[in-house]
Amino acid sequence: MRLPIRTGLVLGLCLILAAAAPGLAQTALPPVAALAAVPTPALPGGPIEIDVDQGAVKPIPIAIPDFEGPQGAEISKVVADDLASSGRFLPLDKGTFIERNLNTDIQPNFPNWVSVGAQGLVNGRVSAAASGELRVDFRLWDIPRQQQMQGSSLISTTANLRRVAHKIADAVYEKLTGEGGYFDTRIVFIAESGPRNARVKTLRIMDQDGANPSSPPSGAGASLILTPRFSPDGHDVTYMSLGPEGSAIYLMNIETGRQERLGGFRGDVSAPRFSPDGNSLALSQSINGNSDIYVMNLRSRALTRLTTDPNIDTSPSFSQDGGQIAFTSDRAGSQQIYVMSANGGGARRISSGSGNYSTPVWSPKSASGGDFIAFTKQTGSTFHIGVMRPDGSDERLLTTSYLDEGPTWAPNGRVLMFFRQASGGDPKLWTVDVTGRILRAAPYEGSGSDPAWSPLLDSQN
Amino acid sequence: MRQSRQAIALGLISSTLLMAACATRPAPLAPVAPTPTPTPREVPPPPPPPAAQPPRPTPPPPITVTPTPAPVGVLPGSSQDFVVSVGDRVYFDLDSSSIRADAQPVLAAQAAWLARYPTVNIRIEGNADERGTREYNLALGDHRANAIKDFLVGKGVNASRITTLSYGKERPLDSGTGEAAWAKNRNGQTVITSGAR
Repeated sequence: MRLPIRTGLVLGLCLILAAAAPGLAQTALPPVAALAAVPTPALPGGPIEIDVDQGAVKPIPIAIPDFEGPQGAEISKVVADDLASSGRFLPLDKGTFIERNLNTDIQPNFPNWVSVGAQGLVNGRVSAAASGELRVDFRLWDIPRQQQMQGSSLISTTANLRRVAHKIADAVYEKLTGEGGYFDTRIVFIAESGPRNARVKTLRIMDQDGANPSSPPSGAGASLILTPRFSPDGHDVTYMSLGPEGSAIYLMNIETGRQERLGGFRGDVSAPRFSPDGNSLALSQSINGNSDIYVMNLRSRALTRLTTDPNIDTSPSFSQDGGQIAFTSDRAGSQQIYVMSANGGGARRISSGSGNYSTPVWSPKSASGGDFIAFTKQTGSTFHIGVMRPDGSDERLLTTSYLDEGPTWAPNGRVLMFFRQASGGDPKLWTVDVTGRILRAAPYEGSGSDPAWSPLLDSQN
Repeated sequence: MRQSRQAIALGLISSTLLMAACATRPAPLAPVAPTPTPTPREVPPPPPPPAAQPPRPTPPPPITVTPTPAPVGVLPGSSQDFVVSVGDRVYFDLDSSSIRADAQPVLAAQAAWLARYPTVNIRIEGNADERGTREYNLALGDHRANAIKDFLVGKGVNASRITTLSYGKERPLDSGTGEAAWAKNRNGQTVITSGAR
């Protein structure tokens, strides 16, 4: 049971992070006045820059000493691990730090941080807040320019400190990369076990860094659970169940665990996903062997058929504004990606290379502008995760292996999670960024597939 | 057909009596096959052990011969009978749901068997190999299962006796890798759900 990050009794101060919502108290800390100290020589260099070497972005060296106060070390570790996992940052070894026991309200000794090679410094303090909650203050320092870049305080319960740390990591990431953060998020996926011809597949949710794993019981008993997706507000999950009695689509509320089996289908159903406004579910239904894209209005439960051709149509994905749907169809003789109006008209093919294209997933808006459709591509005996523009241009393959499948976007539109399986092996979760250069195993030790990334969690989660 | 049903019922009763009689003296360990019925019918080729009890040879005195146990038989009209004598799987080409030439005689035999045992209902399960994505393979399995269903209906099986299901790539018949395994996994399986003996 996750406790909300509640509004603390902090009055009259402005909220500075765009993601702030009622319930998460964030206040701007004024820049700290410089202390009178031994005059330091003027330091060369400009502000922290993204260093590009032969086309590869070098990670930004950043110092994250333990925060002061209770659980301060735990918070700074979560922040450091998040930033390191992105491949964009290199947290420095705390053992090399010269300046120790920083006071968050005092400027750091900048030359000491230059000496250890830091370009950025994140320090902070945990202290008691009203009603038994904790207050976390943090500051992000630009070492070359010797100034504060960001400072905030957040208030939450002890149980929610990891989320506070993720929000701090998001703030640092956004400030230094110009991209949106993605650390205060969850992953829903399928945990797999058992022999390959008798797989056991169950639902699993975890924080994007692997913490807080939970196994919500599904409403489908012993059936296979497949292809879960989050609702746009992150409160619900939809998934498919499959067993001898047939297929079904379920809605589950994460907080309460309440499950609902969607009825009213004549045929086999699969591939459920929410529309961006959360009011509808797109899915594939197969009647007499003919699969087509349908949309169900979750209020009225009315079902609308969007495709009518006799070939396979599946894997729908809404555009960000909900006006279009990308999907897989083999109407042209091989699996390709099409885009149509969310009302069902005007399907046009956007994939153009040779090979089979499937699992299109429309990206969220990214801060660097433009959006993508990610996909799985099969060329001969290999699989790839790739991205293309929504008009099909600028196709780029990001990965290659025996079997890579099922990309899902982080909310910043710059990172993807997917699953990879070696020949004869078990599927594992992996992440890759849109340049394809930062490829990492996801923090789940077991066998997993069908990942779906939540939106940034709001304060009510 | 009615006569045949009665004949089958009689066969079962006779075998029960026979088994009861056997209880009073050293009984064969193997179950006894049903007594052959008078109604002629096309019987599938019997399984390997010899079909009928051979006529008892005149034992040379003073040797006493213990009757040999009757052979184990597959019960006609059972799921096992269907699988063993007709075949419950047909195979497909890559990314295809067309009924292949080598599948047609198997499906025709399934239809004939189902005509002989009209109380039997079936579920056709479509499967796909692992060289495709999950959702596409679920749809492909559905397509395959329904292609089989359409073929059987075309051969006279009432559609109300048939349900279909796709397992996509979730339940491979062969958990190995390589084309030999994948070819096996591109299949449709006819599963008896009710009405069999």
